[in-house]
Amino acid sequence: MKTINLIVAIATLSLFASCGGGDSTQEAGTAAPESMVKKEAAAPGKDLGVGPIKSGSLGETVDEALAKTGMETFEAKCTACHKMGKRFVGPDLTGVVSRREPEWIMNMILDPELMVKENEAAKQLLMEYSAPMANQNLTEEEARGILEYFRTL
Amino acid sequence: MKKTILSITAIATLAIGLIGCGGAKKDGSGAMSGGNAEKVYVAPGEHDEFYGFISGGFSGQLAVYGLPSGRLFKVIPVFSQDPEKAYGYNEETKPMLNTSYGFVPWDDAHHPDISQTNGELDGRWCFINGNNTPRIARIDLKTFETTEIIEIPNSAGNHSSSFVTENTEYVVAGTRFSVPVPQRDMPIDEYKGNFKGALSFISVDQEDGGMDLSFQILMPGFDYDLAHPGRGASHGWFFFTTYNSEEAHTLMEVNASQNDKDFIAAINWKKAEEYIKEGKFKTMPANYAHNVYDEHTHTATSTMKKEVRALDPAECPGLVYFLPTPKSPHGCDVDPSGEYIVGNGKLSANLTIHSFTKMLEAIKNEKFAGEAYGIPVLNFEDVLAGTVVQPGLGPLHTEFDDKGNAYTTFFISSEVVKWKLGTWEVLDRKPTYYSVGHLMIPAGNSRKPSGKYLVAMNKITKDRYLPTGPELCQSAQLYDISGDKMELLLDFPTIGEPHYAAGCSADLIKEQQTKIYKLEENKHAWVAKNEKEAKVTRNGKEVHIQMTMIRSHFAPDNIEGIKVGDKVYFHVTNLEQDFDVPHGFAMIGANTSELLIMPGQTESFVWEPKQPGVWPMYCTDFCSALHQEMQGYVRVSPAGSNIELSWSLDGE
Repeated sequence: MKTINLIVAIATLSLFASCGGGDSTQEAGTAAPESMVKKEAAAPGKDLGVGPIKSGSLGETVDEALAKTGMETFEAKCTACHKMGKRFVGPDLTGVVSRREPEWIMNMILDPELMVKENEAAKQLLMEYSAPMANQNLTEEEARGILEYFRTL
Repeated sequence: MKKTILSITAIATLAIGLIGCGGAKKDGSGAMSGGNAEKVYVAPGEHDEFYGFISGGFSGQLAVYGLPSGRLFKVIPVFSQDPEKAYGYNEETKPMLNTSYGFVPWDDAHHPDISQTNGELDGRWCFINGNNTPRIARIDLKTFETTEIIEIPNSAGNHSSSFVTENTEYVVAGTRFSVPVPQRDMPIDEYKGNFKGALSFISVDQEDGGMDLSFQILMPGFDYDLAHPGRGASHGWFFFTTYNSEEAHTLMEVNASQNDKDFIAAINWKKAEEYIKEGKFKTMPANYAHNVYDEHTHTATSTMKKEVRALDPAECPGLVYFLPTPKSPHGCDVDPSGEYIVGNGKLSANLTIHSFTKMLEAIKNEKFAGEAYGIPVLNFEDVLAGTVVQPGLGPLHTEFDDKGNAYTTFFISSEVVKWKLGTWEVLDRKPTYYSVGHLMIPAGNSRKPSGKYLVAMNKITKDRYLPTGPELCQSAQLYDISGDKMELLLDFPTIGEPHYAAGCSADLIKEQQTKIYKLEENKHAWVAKNEKEAKVTRNGKEVHIQMTMIRSHFAPDNIEGIKVGDKVYFHVTNLEQDFDVPHGFAMIGANTSELLIMPGQTESFVWEPKQPGVWPMYCTDFCSALHQEMQGYVRVSPAGSNIELSWSLDGE
C-alpha cells in the first residue's frame, strides 16, 4: 500500500514539473516544499519566519559600526512607516529584538510578501496594521545592519 | 493486482498531463493544432513570444504589443504630451518637447527601428521619427521611456527616417519635403533648382546611445520617401527612395507622377565620413533642439545647437549615385544578405529589384546614363537584378523571412504577396482588411529575420470591428508565415495610424527591464530621500514643496502658509523600492496633469492657487488597501496674509 502511494506521489510530482512552463508557476511549485523544510528545521518554539534567512547568530556585544550603518539605512528606507517610541504606519520597533527572532526580523525585511502569506505572526501584523510592509529591496547586508541597529534600542 | 492497476492509472495520468500541458505551450503545430485561435492564444499568466513596437502615427506615440496575442501593454509617449504619464506636462519632461519653434506638444510618429549590432537586433534602443516638426527620438528599451529627442534642421516632413545602420553607427533622417536651405523668403514657383532635400546622418554613442547630428547631405529638391541600410556586403551604403524628381510644387498627385522613373539614391556614407575627415564640408548656421533625459536626475534638459556640417554631392565624387526606379517608389527595402534593394514603385505594375553587385560593377566601369545636379545616374538595365511581374496593384513595402522569401504589401489591391528572392516568382497572396500600408516581420529588416509571423498594418477597417461613430480604429493583422502559404490568424486594433513597426524576440529585452530607480542614485535637484528631508521653502512668491510618498501617505500631508498669487512647485519623491508600486499625485485645480511617479523617482508640477481655502491632494494610482487614505491638505490664505509657512505629518 505504501508503495502505491509513493508511485502516485511521484506521478503527481512529475505532472507538476511538466506543467511548470511559466516562471511564476515554477517558483510557486518549488517555494512551498522549501518553506516546509524550513519549518521542520526550526527549533521548537522559535519562529524564524520564512524567507532567505534560515539561521544566523548575533555577536556577544553590539557591533557599533554595523549598527551605525544599519541606522543610516533605516533612516533612508524605513522611517516613512516606522517611528521609534510610537505606533505609526507600522509598529514601534523599540525592543523588537526581544519580541522576535533575528531570523524572523531579517526575513520580514527581505521578503515581506512571503512572510505575510505564510508566517502566522506576520499575518497577524498585517491584520492589525492593514498597510502591508513594503519591500524596500534591501540587501542581506543592509538588513543585517538594521538588525544590529535594533539591538541598540 | 491492485498495485499494478494503480500504477497504470498513475502513468496514464502523467501521460495525459504532459500532452495537455505541452499543447498549450506550443504554437499549435503539434498534434493538437488545428484552430487559428490556438495559435494566438497566450494563456493567462503566460508571456508572448515577441514584442511588437507599432508606431502610433498621428498620436505621436509608440505602442507596445505582445505577439502573437495582439495585446497592448503600453503606449510610450514620444512626441505628444500624455497626461496619464505626465509626459510633457511635468517640469522634468517638458524640455523633451522643446524645438526651435518652441514647445511642440504633438507630432506624427512613423518608423520605429531597433538598434543593431552586426546587422542583428540588439535590443538596446528603439528610434522613431517625428514627421511634422522633424525630430528623431530614442527610446531606452530598459525603461521603455523616451530618453532623447533631436530636432533635424533643414528638413521638413521627416519621412525617410529613422533607420539604423548595421552597427547603429548612425540613425538616418531624410526629408520628404524639399525646402529652401537655409530657409528664406522666396517665390514658391522658383522651387525647381533652388529647393534642397537634406539627408541627415545622426551618430549614435555606443555607450549611452547619445545622438549627435554628424552631417547632412544636401540633395536635389526631390521628395525623399523611405530608406533602409545596406547590410553585409553593402554595409557602408544607405538607400533612399525618391519621388517628385519632376520638382513640382503644386498638384503633386499629377505633377509629381510624370516621370517614367524616379530614383533610389545610393549613399556611400563611409565615403561621406572620409570627406568629413578631409574637411570637405561646409559649416552652416542652424538652430535645432537637442533634448536629453537623465535617468539619475529624472530630468530632461534642452540645448539649442547652432550649426551643422553639410556635404554637397556635386562636390563629392563617389558619395551618391542614382538608380532609376519606376514610378514614384515608396518603400526601399534591403534583403538580409544586403545584395537586393527593392524599390516598391507605387504606380508601377512591376516590382523592381536592384543588385548591389551590379551597382558596384557599373560604378567601377563608370557606365552612367547621365547626371542630375552633378550626381551620376546609372543605367536601369545595368543595376536591375530582377522584376516581380504584375504581383499586385500599388506596392508599398517589403520585408523578408529566414527562408529567402520576400513579402510585399499592395495598397490598392489590398493584399500581401509572398515572392521568392532570385527567381522573382510569386508564391502566395492573401487579402488584407483593408488597404495595407506597412508590414513587419520581427527582425524582418536585418541579417536574421524571424520566419514565424507577419504583421500587416492597415489604413482602413470599415466593417471589421464594432462601429464607433465616424472615426473607426485602424488595425493590424497577424499572419502565420511559417508554412508555404500564409495564414491570417488575428485582427487587432491599434492606436493612431500604424505606420511601420519593429518587432523582436521577447527574450532579447525582457530580462533587462529596469524594475525600480534606486533612491540612493536619485540626483534630482529637489529630491527628498526620506521623510526627514521633506520640507517647504519659500523664495518670494515661489514655493517649493519637497514631498515624499510611500504606501499610503504623503510627508508632509498638511501644509499651511501658502498664499493666493504664489507659484507652488510640488516635487514629489516615491520612496518605494519595490517593483510595480508607482504612486500618482493630483492637486485640485492644478492647470496640468497628474504626476505618475515610479519607485525611487521624483517628479514635479506647478500649482497656482487662485482662491483662499483648504485644498485637498491625493494619490491617483491605487497603491494599497489604504490607498483611499492617501490624501492631504494645503491651506491657502489671501495674498497679504501673515500665516507662516508650516508643514507636518501626524502633527510632527
